[in-house]
Amino acid sequence: MSAFAHLPSVSGQPPPVARPGRHRLLPYLLLLPGAAWLFLFFALPLVQLATASLYDPNDTLSTGYTMTWAFGNYPAALQAYWPQFGRSFLYAGSALVLALLMGYPLAYAIACKAGRWKNLLLVCVVAPMFTSFLVRTLAWKTILSDNGWVVGLLRDVHLLGPDGRLLATPVAVVLGLTYNFLPFLVLPLYANLERLDHRLLEASRDLYANAWQTFRRVTLPLSMPGLIAGTLLFFIPATGDYINAELLGTPNEYMIGNVIDSAFLVRLDYPQGAALSLLLMAATLAVVFGCLRRAGAEELL
Amino acid sequence: MARDVPAGDLRLVDLTKRFGAFTAVDDLNLTIGQGSFFALLGASGCGKTTTLRIVAGLEEPTSGQVLLGGRDIARLRPHKRPVNTVFQSYALFPHLDVFENVAFGLRRRGIRPVDGQVRQALSLMQLDGYERRRPAQLSGGEQQRVALARALINQPQVLLLDEPLSALDLKLRRRMQIELKRIQNEVGITFLHVTHDQEEAMTMADTVAVMNAGRIEQFGAPTEIYEFPATAFVANFLGQSNLIAGVVSGDNGGDILVTAHGARFAVPSARARADRGAVYLGVRPEKLHLADSVDQVPTDSQYLDGTITDASYAGVSTQYLLRAGGGTELSAFVANSGTQRRYGPGDRAVAYWNPRHAFLLGRRADENDRITPVLTEPVATA
Amino acid sequence: MSIWRWLARHWVMGLALLVLGYLFLPIAVVAALSVNRPAHRLSYDFHEFTFDNWRNPCATSEMCEAVLRSVQIGFVATVVATTLGTLMAFALARHRFRGRSGLNVLIFLPMAAPELVMGTSLLALFVAGGVPLGFWAIVVAHVMFCLSFVVVTVKARLAGMDRRLEEAAMDLYASEWQTFRRITLPLVLPGIVAAALLAFSLSFDDFIITNFNSGTTVTFPMYVWGAAQRGIPPQVNVIGTAMFLIALLLVLTSTLRGRRLRNP
Repeated sequence: MSAFAHLPSVSGQPPPVARPGRHRLLPYLLLLPGAAWLFLFFALPLVQLATASLYDPNDTLSTGYTMTWAFGNYPAALQAYWPQFGRSFLYAGSALVLALLMGYPLAYAIACKAGRWKNLLLVCVVAPMFTSFLVRTLAWKTILSDNGWVVGLLRDVHLLGPDGRLLATPVAVVLGLTYNFLPFLVLPLYANLERLDHRLLEASRDLYANAWQTFRRVTLPLSMPGLIAGTLLFFIPATGDYINAELLGTPNEYMIGNVIDSAFLVRLDYPQGAALSLLLMAATLAVVFGCLRRAGAEELL
Repeated sequence: MARDVPAGDLRLVDLTKRFGAFTAVDDLNLTIGQGSFFALLGASGCGKTTTLRIVAGLEEPTSGQVLLGGRDIARLRPHKRPVNTVFQSYALFPHLDVFENVAFGLRRRGIRPVDGQVRQALSLMQLDGYERRRPAQLSGGEQQRVALARALINQPQVLLLDEPLSALDLKLRRRMQIELKRIQNEVGITFLHVTHDQEEAMTMADTVAVMNAGRIEQFGAPTEIYEFPATAFVANFLGQSNLIAGVVSGDNGGDILVTAHGARFAVPSARARADRGAVYLGVRPEKLHLADSVDQVPTDSQYLDGTITDASYAGVSTQYLLRAGGGTELSAFVANSGTQRRYGPGDRAVAYWNPRHAFLLGRRADENDRITPVLTEPVATA
Repeated sequence: MSIWRWLARHWVMGLALLVLGYLFLPIAVVAALSVNRPAHRLSYDFHEFTFDNWRNPCATSEMCEAVLRSVQIGFVATVVATTLGTLMAFALARHRFRGRSGLNVLIFLPMAAPELVMGTSLLALFVAGGVPLGFWAIVVAHVMFCLSFVVVTVKARLAGMDRRLEEAAMDLYASEWQTFRRITLPLVLPGIVAAALLAFSLSFDDFIITNFNSGTTVTFPMYVWGAAQRGIPPQVNVIGTAMFLIALLLVLTSTLRGRRLRNP
C-alpha cells in the first residue's frame, strides 16, 4: 500500500490496512454478535454446569436444586461409575490404535501416491460422513449380525467359536468407534503429509537411509503435528461417544456417555451428571495437554 | 572417449530417460574424471537435473549405464550408492538440528561414534558452534554449508550439486563459488555440478559440458568452449556471439573463404567446424572493435561498416549495436578504458575483427543471421 | 518388474484402498437395506428386494416430520451461524483489535470440547434459566457449535486471498464498498458457501447435543435413536442413501466446476 498511499484516490481513503477514526470500532461490531453467542451459549453454560455439579445431591429436578457446594459429588460419581470411565478410555484408546494403523497408510497414500486421483480419494474419505451418523452405525448392526457373512467367515476359520458373536461385544463397539471417527484422524494427517517436502525424502535416501529408516527418521517425525491433531480430533469425540456403545453393545459395554445421558435424561440426577461431564472434560483436557506437551518434547528432541 | 579408465571415473553410457513421450536425456555419453570439478550447463528442461538424479539414484534410467569405477550403479537404490547430493534449496531436515542433519548419513550406515567426524566436517565448513541450531535459524549461506557438510561427511566418490547456489544472492554466490572450489581442492572428491549459470560453470569447473534437449552439445575446458564453440547453440548459450550467415566460397591453404552480405571473409581452417556449404561466421562481441573509418582498420583485420543504432553504457564497457549493409545488426562490447571514442546512435562506424578470433560453424541453408540474443534466463523451472 | 518390486511399490496404496472399502462398507449396506423388505420389525438382515421403500418414503409419517424438522432447524441454524461467523472471520482476518488471542480460544474450544459436555452444560443453563427446551433451544445450540467451523472456513479463504487484488481495485478508483462488493465478496463467496454447507450438515446430523436440549421435539437423528429400540423402518435407509447421493452430487459438481475454472 505504501506506494499508493500518497496518491489521491476517488474515495479519498487509503487502503484498509490500518485505518483511523470510524473504522476503529468496526472489528468490534463485526465480532460482537458471534462472540456474544459463543460466550452466552458456550462459556456461560460451562459455568452453569460447574455450578450444577455442586448442587445438593439429594435434591431433584421437581423439588428444585440448592447450592450446597457439594464437592463430594465428584468422588461419589467417580466411585459409582469408574468402570464406565475406564471403558471409555479403553475403547477409545483401542479404537485409536486401530484407526492409526488404518488411517496413516490411507492419509499417506492419498497425499503421496495418489497423483491425479488425490481429490477423488479425498472425497471418498469424507463421503461416508454424508449419511447420518446413526444410520451408518446401525448399518454395522447388519454387518456384524449373527447371521451376517463376517461372523460366518470368522466362525469358518475358527477365529470365533460356533456360537461366538461380534454384535453386543466390546469388539463391535471398538469397531464402530474406529469407523465413525476415522475421517477426523485422516484429514489433518493428510493435510500435513500433503505439505511434506519430497526432497527431504530424497535427501534421506541419498544419505543411506532405506525406506523404513526414511519413514522412521524423516516422514514420521515431520508428520507429528498432523498425527497429534488427528489423534485429538479422533480421541475427544470417541471418548465422549455413547451411540456406538448403545447401538452395538449392551449395558456391559456402556461408556461414560451412556451414564451421563441417563443421569440427565432418565434419572434426572443433574448434580451427578454435571460432575461426570466435568470429569470427562478434565480427563479430555489432560489427554490434550499431555499430547501437546509430548509433541513439544518431540520438537525439542 | 575414455580408453584408460582410472578406477574412480564416473561414466554415463548410452544413458536415456523418457517421461512418457518426452525424452529428457537422449542417449548421453559422458566421462567425468576422478577428482575433477565437472559442470553440466544448460537451460531449464535440458535434462541436466534428470541426469544428476539418475546418477543419484532418484530416477531410474529408461536405458543405459551409470558406471562408477567400472561398476554399473544405474539400478542400485539411492541409499546403496557411494554418491551424495547437495540439493537445490538444500532439503535440510527441519526437525533435526545441524549436528543431526550432518550425522544423518553416518548414523544410517551404523557408523559410530559420529561426534569427531561431525565436528570435523562442521569446522571444515566454518560452522563451529552451530551444532544445536535448527535449519530455520540459519541464513541461506549457512544452510548451504550445512548441506555441503551433510553430503561430504560421507566421503562419497562423487558429490552431486544441483544448482546449489541458485538460492543465494549475488554477493554470497560469488563467495560460495570460491569456497566450493577450495573445498573441492581440499577433499579431492569428484564434483558434478549442475547449473544454468554459464558464468558459474566457467569460473568453477575444470570441465564444462553444455547440454541441450537431452544431449551434450560440447564439452571441454571453459576457455576452449568459449573461444571455439562447436555449435550455434553453444555460441549463444555461453556468452553472446554475432553469427553471420554465409557460404563457403573456397580456401586458400590455411584459410577458408566465406561470402556473406556480398563481402568476402577469411577464417583460419583450424577455427572452422565446417568447410563447405552454408556456414555461420562467428565473432564474439568483445572481439569486435570500432573505428571511425575504413583506413583506421589494421591491415590484418576484416570489417563491416554501418551505422550505430544503440549504445548502452554498462560501466566496464559500452555495448553498441551497429547496423551493417544488408541489414545485419552486430553487437560490439567496447571496454571503457578511456582511450576509445564514444559513439552515439546515428554515427557511422566500422566494426573490425582479427580473423584469428572468428570461428566457422555449420548452418542449415534456411537459417539466417543469429545476432546477439537477448540474455534472458528461461522462466520455467526444471 | 518382479512381483516383489511391484508389491513394494504399491502396498501402501493397496492398504489404503482396503481402508476405503472399510469406510464404504456401511454405506453399501445402507443402500442395500433401502431396497429391502425386512423379515420383521427388529431385523437388520437383508431379506427381500423391493422398491416400495423408495416409492413410499413417508410411510412412517413421524419419520418424515422428523426429517422436515431437521431441515428447518438446519436451515435457520445455518443462516444465523454463517452470517455471524462470516462477520467474525472478516474481523479476524482483516482487522487489528484487542483480545484477539482470547477470542481465538473462544472460537477454538467449541470445536475441541466433547459434544457431551456442550450438550449437558447447555441443558443445565436452559433448565436453570427456565428456557423451554425444543426447536429454538436446538437452534441456539446448533448455531453455537457451527459458528466456530464457519469462522475457520471463511477465515482460511480470506487468508488465502491476495490482498493486492483489493489494492488494485482501489487503485482503479473503486470505493471501499465497491471493492468489497466487486472483488472481496465474489472471491470469498466459495468459502462462505462451503461453510454454510458444512454448518448445515453438522446441524442436520447432530445427535448428542440435540438429544440433551430437544425436550419433546424430534429431529431425524432423534427419530432414528428412538426407533432403534422399537425397530427401524426401512425408509430410514432410504433417507440415509438419499442424503449420501445428494451430498456426493454436490461435492462432485463443485469439484468439477473448480477444475473447469482452473483449466478453462
